[in-house]
Amino acid sequence: MVKTKEKLIEIKDLKRYFKIDRKNILKAVDGLTFDIFKGETFGLVGESGCGKSTAGRTIMGLYQATGGEVVFKGASVHEKKSKKELKELTRRMQMIFQDPYASLNPRMTVKDIIAEGIDIHGLAKTKEEREERVLELLETVGLNADHGNRYPHEFSGGQRQRIGIARALAVNPDFIVADEPISALDVSIQAQVVNLLQELQHERGLTYLFIAHDLSMVKHISDRVGVMYLGNMVEIATSEELYEDPLHPYTKALLSAIPIPDPQVERSRERIILEGDVPSPINPPSGCPFRTRCPMAMEICSQVKPDFIEHKKDHWVACHLFEGKN
Amino acid sequence: MKKILSVKNLSVSFETYKAEVKAVRDVSFDLHEKETLAIVGESGSGKSVTAQSVMRLVPMPPGKFVGGSIIFDGEELIDKSEKQMESIRGKEIGMIFQDPMTSLNPTMTIGKQIAEGLIKHQNMSKKDAHARGIELLKQVGIPNPEKRINQYPHEFSGGMRQRAMIAIALACNPKILIADEPTTALDVTIQAQILDLMKQLQEETGTAIILITHDLGVVANSAHRVAVMYGGKIVETGSVEEIFYNPKHPYTWGLLGSMPKLDQHDEKLKAIPGSPPDLADPPKGCPFAARCPFAMKVCGEHMPEHYELSDTQKTACWLLHEGAPKVEPPEFVNVGGSKVNG
Repeated sequence: MVKTKEKLIEIKDLKRYFKIDRKNILKAVDGLTFDIFKGETFGLVGESGCGKSTAGRTIMGLYQATGGEVVFKGASVHEKKSKKELKELTRRMQMIFQDPYASLNPRMTVKDIIAEGIDIHGLAKTKEEREERVLELLETVGLNADHGNRYPHEFSGGQRQRIGIARALAVNPDFIVADEPISALDVSIQAQVVNLLQELQHERGLTYLFIAHDLSMVKHISDRVGVMYLGNMVEIATSEELYEDPLHPYTKALLSAIPIPDPQVERSRERIILEGDVPSPINPPSGCPFRTRCPMAMEICSQVKPDFIEHKKDHWVACHLFEGKN
Repeated sequence: MKKILSVKNLSVSFETYKAEVKAVRDVSFDLHEKETLAIVGESGSGKSVTAQSVMRLVPMPPGKFVGGSIIFDGEELIDKSEKQMESIRGKEIGMIFQDPMTSLNPTMTIGKQIAEGLIKHQNMSKKDAHARGIELLKQVGIPNPEKRINQYPHEFSGGMRQRAMIAIALACNPKILIADEPTTALDVTIQAQILDLMKQLQEETGTAIILITHDLGVVANSAHRVAVMYGGKIVETGSVEEIFYNPKHPYTWGLLGSMPKLDQHDEKLKAIPGSPPDLADPPKGCPFAARCPFAMKVCGEHMPEHYELSDTQKTACWLLHEGAPKVEPPEFVNVGGSKVNG
């Protein structure tokens, strides 16, 4: 779906550390470099604790970056700005959260939740215009006009997620970070929400950063996918390429671990079962972060952290197996 | 294979201030030795309540048995006293839960929690139970079991905790293991480890497993037979092949269509419109009628009977009535598994 490869966001060596105590630092995001193109869906996958949500929040500017830079439409997200500039930035970048129960104010009506952004940014001149816009948004996400006067507790999980989407759309953003937007929903409802997100992208030319742990859903919705492990990006490729020719041993293991809803395939499949658990990001392994669980680990892996290189066209990987071979 | 559990016409309701929520309505299924029966369904479909009823873990009140029977090893479980159930729970039927952090006791060492059942049900001495605990931890793949057995749950990772839970559940060699969403809280690479472990243990011990899940991938991976639940009812049962390659219920079709396929792309997901019924006021007829693209007039008024399509497959849908129009399953249903390419 990427027609023009215009960069919307450039992320350069982005780092976000959290101080645990005087001695320990948790390196949640440790040097991410990638671009997000206009109109595409960039999927970010990884297991819990790999730093994908922190990455999303830091890109949005919800967290200050410890190091590195995020450039959105030519301007740095984390640089000090005037109030006006900041407001404009937040209007252009919106977020959809994982938990539709915790991310809507229970004491506000749906109408006011959706209109909050419109009010703050002064996007409606009159009361009638505000009303009209809210109705339009409700309709866009598949809710009725009379839903506007109700409170969040009156809705199901899928409907709440629709409200969250309407709220994000209210300010006409260019870029939406969707942080696990479907993982709290049932399978049949997940499909509804994913279809809605795709339709909206078509109609409005939105750019998504879609964060999830479910690789099959990420593959379905994304144009390109980045795989994270322990705060690092280990591989980036188009979603088809990543599925057909995964390079990094972690990506391979992750793909092979997904159970496929087909019993014959499941029986005949060879699984790469990874040993052990993800190491602690407070005290990550030396060299390559994946080496402690990697079935292909070599001596060099514990000594040198592999560079993130473009092994094939548009296919990036950080692994010693591919270094110097492109 | 010998039948070890037989649930017949089970109905369970919950009294709430608003209304009586009919969580499980007229559910029947059998479980045989050495098999894995998966109960799939969305949240609120009644799958967990069904499993908890077998363990008699449904809090009563507000819960209550409205009707039906649960026969385990020739005995009616519904009539058992709490005291009698205590000698079945953990000994004859073991259970593992979705969230291993909240279902393990944080103030007891893992070893003590394993020993509890062994001491109570098998009259083991503390020393023997400790030794058996180490053996069990080794069996479920926990490295360093001699050290681990004296640790507390918070010192374990999520995957390790679930392994410890499995060790506790299997300590007394139960005939049935009920696994309620055992991998939902885990990452995929850990999920693969746990599913493998459960299969391997089943081969070793011959335990029958009731696997409750909403993930069809997990079902395809682990189950021999499947029961699909919707709106408190079982709408279709069959062998895993029948459910995936020859499903007859439109809800099963919908579930299969909602899942993205890893090997196909750029197709829109076949979402099921609408949302599940409110079980405080369940529909009179088929629970899926309101969302079913093939619904007829009769569907909203009468619950269809279970049509027996084979020895194992039973489907409750009016489309299978001889007077109903012939409806072909949608294209994305992989009929006969013919599209498998390795």
